[in-house]
Amino acid sequence: MNTEQLMTLAVNKNGFVFDPENGISYTVNETGLFILQKLQSGVTKEEIIDFLTEEYEVTAKNAESDLDHFMAMLKALNLIEE
Amino acid sequence: MKKHYTAPYIERNSAGNLNKYAHTTVVRHQDNIDGVPIKNLVEKYGTPLFVFSEKHIRRSYRRLLETIRIHYPKVEVVWSYKTNYLAAICNIFHQEGAAAEVVSRMEYEKARSNGIPGNRIYFNGPSKRKQDLQLAIQEGAYIHIDHLEELYLIENIADELAIKPKVAIRVNMDTGISPMWTRFGFNYENGEAYRTVQRLVSGGKIHLAGLHTHIGTFILDPNAYYWAATKLLNFAQTIKDNFGIVLEYIDMGGGFASSNTLIDQYTPGELASPSLDQYAEAIGAAFNASIYVKEHNPRLILETGRVLIDESGYLIASVLGKKNLPTGERAVILDAGVNINITAWWYKQRVLPTKPFPGTYQNTVFYGPLCMNIDVIRSAMPFPDLYYGDTVIISPVGAYNVTQWMQFIEYRPNVCLINETGEVDVIRFREDLSDITSREFIPDHLRQI
Repeated sequence: MNTEQLMTLAVNKNGFVFDPENGISYTVNETGLFILQKLQSGVTKEEIIDFLTEEYEVTAKNAESDLDHFMAMLKALNLIEE
Repeated sequence: MKKHYTAPYIERNSAGNLNKYAHTTVVRHQDNIDGVPIKNLVEKYGTPLFVFSEKHIRRSYRRLLETIRIHYPKVEVVWSYKTNYLAAICNIFHQEGAAAEVVSRMEYEKARSNGIPGNRIYFNGPSKRKQDLQLAIQEGAYIHIDHLEELYLIENIADELAIKPKVAIRVNMDTGISPMWTRFGFNYENGEAYRTVQRLVSGGKIHLAGLHTHIGTFILDPNAYYWAATKLLNFAQTIKDNFGIVLEYIDMGGGFASSNTLIDQYTPGELASPSLDQYAEAIGAAFNASIYVKEHNPRLILETGRVLIDESGYLIASVLGKKNLPTGERAVILDAGVNINITAWWYKQRVLPTKPFPGTYQNTVFYGPLCMNIDVIRSAMPFPDLYYGDTVIISPVGAYNVTQWMQFIEYRPNVCLINETGEVDVIRFREDLSDITSREFIPDHLRQI
């Protein structure tokens, strides 16, 4: 997975995300922000799932499915590449 | 304590694409039907589950009748069997005073088995066979003639039975809308309908009791009914003037739109579909301007089924799974598909969660259980997170689904009715293998495998 584009994003603590390369901005919710920050710090998918289940009221199975979906959204927005 | 979880979500910010109807993006939830908790219905009857509200059905029927009566008092609203011919549903309308409108032998027999006498049945449809007509004529039903072969057949039966059958001529016409439905009956503008009446009268064997039209389905322009009524009433006057026949009734058919939203329609159905009053006013304006009506006061008949039943029916479905589509949308697989909810192909039906969800929504596509790509209940709509076993409620689904549903790879589910006091009855039980195999025959040489 290529997260190069992700690394350039400016992410504020309220979930406002700005891409300085093209001026596009995004909004993420709290969990999305949590994952985005973890991805930017180079954490693996498995570790993110562990972080999510430690921090939030969610099962590993549901967290994994939601994380997969979030990654698909990031991919659809061209923020990550396979 | 751990934090409350909502599924992660990211959305590209954009301006200028606000919904002009200012529709709220908050997805409401519906946890009961007529006060009966959906949880209880699901526990007792399983999913998928069709649920009908008797209270809503009766209210719809009365409201339509009262609305039309304000504009034209001599009106009869008959129940269109093809829209929903579950016996319990039909009987609600019959208890309210509705006669039956049928389009086939099967529906005719169904109406008779519901206790409706032949002389309270209006027999439409383009495919009445000789034995169907014999039975209906013997029992005094009104036959609505669709084509000339039918007219000749009715004359023969009249001779055989020594009965003068009561009929109406089906008329198609230009009412200013597209598509123009020309396949039913005889055309008004090119004189075909007039020539048919001429032929019928010259035969002298049939009693011409009325005129019928069916201008289309899901008609979003009420003015079409004004033109249809005006043309039929002018035609009735011509028949009176030229043949001395005074018609008993003018049957305006069906076609009133429900609050559903057509697939290609931008404006939501609840805003785009005309109100009952608009339809009533259009028909009433034509009737009240007609000299024929002033002199002869014919009965106005309406056979509009969808508007009476669509909003009274719900479909509860369970989530079997979810997956992520390459587009970034979420897909949810439900246990109810287009096999039982065929009108999902025509409408953007309302899909609601059955419990409140906090958090944000994701674009979600709802698929059914069939092994076909076309089994889509609802294309992408913002929806909260769903997990295995959650339920959703789909509506309006009361019209055409429990008649057009397919027995394809699944058993058809329970259908429940919530009565006016909140009690629940199953009005059609879930099918089992015997429903599929009882009509099959295995030749001897194929019994051993």
